[in-house]
Amino acid sequence: MIPGSFDYVVASSISDAVSLLQQHGDEAKILAGGQSLIPLLRFRLASPSVLIDINRIDGMEYIQETDNVLHIGAMTREAELDNSDLIRERYPILLDTSSLIADPVVRNWATVGGNLAHADPGNNHPATMLALGASVVAVGPDGERVIPIDEFFTDNSFETTLHPNEILTEIRVPAPTDRSGGAYIQLERKVGDYAIAGVAAYVRLNDAGQVTYAGIGLTNVGPTPIKARNAEQFLLGKALDDASIHQVADMAAAASQPTSDTRGPAEYKRAMVRTLAVRALQKALGRATGGE
Amino acid sequence: MSTHHIHVTINGTAYEGDVDSRMLLVHWIRDGLQLTGTHIGCDTTSCGACTILVDGKATKSCTMFAVQANGRQIMTVEGMEQGGKLHPLQEGFHEKHALQCGYCTPGMLMAGLALLQRNPNPSEHEIRVGISGNLCRCTGYVNIVKAIQYAAEKMQDSEELSVPAQVALAREASNGD
Ligand SMILES: Cc1cc2nc3c(=O)[nH]c(=O)nc-3n(C[C@H](O)[C@H](O)[C@H](O)COP(=O)(O)OP(=O)(O)OC[C@H]3O[C@@H](n4cnc5c(N)ncnc54)[C@H](O)[C@@H]3O)c2cc1C
Ligand code: FES
Ligand code: FES
Repeated sequence: MIPGSFDYVVASSISDAVSLLQQHGDEAKILAGGQSLIPLLRFRLASPSVLIDINRIDGMEYIQETDNVLHIGAMTREAELDNSDLIRERYPILLDTSSLIADPVVRNWATVGGNLAHADPGNNHPATMLALGASVVAVGPDGERVIPIDEFFTDNSFETTLHPNEILTEIRVPAPTDRSGGAYIQLERKVGDYAIAGVAAYVRLNDAGQVTYAGIGLTNVGPTPIKARNAEQFLLGKALDDASIHQVADMAAAASQPTSDTRGPAEYKRAMVRTLAVRALQKALGRATGGE
Repeated sequence: MSTHHIHVTINGTAYEGDVDSRMLLVHWIRDGLQLTGTHIGCDTTSCGACTILVDGKATKSCTMFAVQANGRQIMTVEGMEQGGKLHPLQEGFHEKHALQCGYCTPGMLMAGLALLQRNPNPSEHEIRVGISGNLCRCTGYVNIVKAIQYAAEKMQDSEELSVPAQVALAREASNGD
């Protein structure tokens, strides 16, 4: 299908993109990888009057670790996460996440920033970034601000706390510690499909093996990406063993708010959250304690 | 609506034209330039029949606007055959019976080419992942995998190396290993 008509402008820099957003207000939309926006336009589920293409801005695609923080440029393509040695060696949870997004052709254009800014409860990065305790950098007319990821999504689907004249420029992830690890696991109907349910888990342990940080994020089991706060809280100070993992998985399932649709009945999805949470936590524990 | 004058190089030939901002790249290639080897199989960015290379990257041309391709290098399935000789991948599809109706084939060839450029000696699993964005309703994929394996071997053995293989070898040589 053919999208409705719109004007198209190329932004040459971040500040240019911001002034274009100011000029066109609510009527404008940023065009990043286009892998969510163009399908929406084709179904006429969105009808912006201006598209601001940020693909030509230099310096928005990077993956760098400095001062114990991983910096990911908003325009970094999923394929770059797939192929990065730094990601494979130090942030395997991000490789779990990117490699399950759509397919390798879509991932050549799809961006990490777009995946978050789109705030689709079915997208993978929101759950992972919630688990990791990431933050995002937004640039607007008044300069830059850093938004913790748990203040980025709202209670509504496809909505973030970005202002209409702001652009997301960077994602920041805390670097791993000696005993930390995470994993993202999802169940899908077929390769390339959005998840039936997905769970991201990230833990930091002290020398005694007790949890000092726990993050659990859920994909596609509610109107928004879900942070399983009670489950995270419950784990603090505990050792990760079979009993605590199963208890916390029950709490993650309780935090999910699935609805019945073509991907399955709500009851099934909730049961899958429980199973995936067990597996994600076991894998996270394995990685935190030096395993794969 | 805005109209834009764009310049795009496709299979080594320079093309230019005026496009509406909402025109999808695949429509410009097929309807505007009459390069109808690239197919359209869905409305949801799922099937990969429209796969082409944009600046060397496999791209679903139904999910990019023509105006976004301005100034870029494109390769479509029409660019594979050189001087009346089939590309090893095309030959592989023929030898290994990797097509039935042929609808998915142009996209499969492009996805296969992008894979072999990045990874000249892929495992079966890597091939299956590489074409996972391309749907085939006829073959069951088995022979498509064999065809890509055939091409990988042929491109490595071949004295007349194809351009992508030459590039890959040059890159390896310059890495010094
Ligand atoms: C067949 C298919 C299957 C898919 N399956 C999955 C899946 O399983 N999991 C998954 O996570 N994703 C999936 N996706 C979605 C894909 O990852 C998208 O690429 C992603 O959701 C959006 O990223 P994008 O760069 O393409 O953004 P775009 O489509 O360009 O933009 C999406 C939205 O975000 C806004 N935006 C983008 N970048 C910025 C920015 N820097 N600042 C402010 N606003 C911005 C845009 O204005 C737009 O509203 C799938 C897509 C397809 C086509
Ligand atoms: S036509 Fe199906 S992915 Fe482009
Ligand atoms: S050969 Fe018919 S769809 Fe692949």
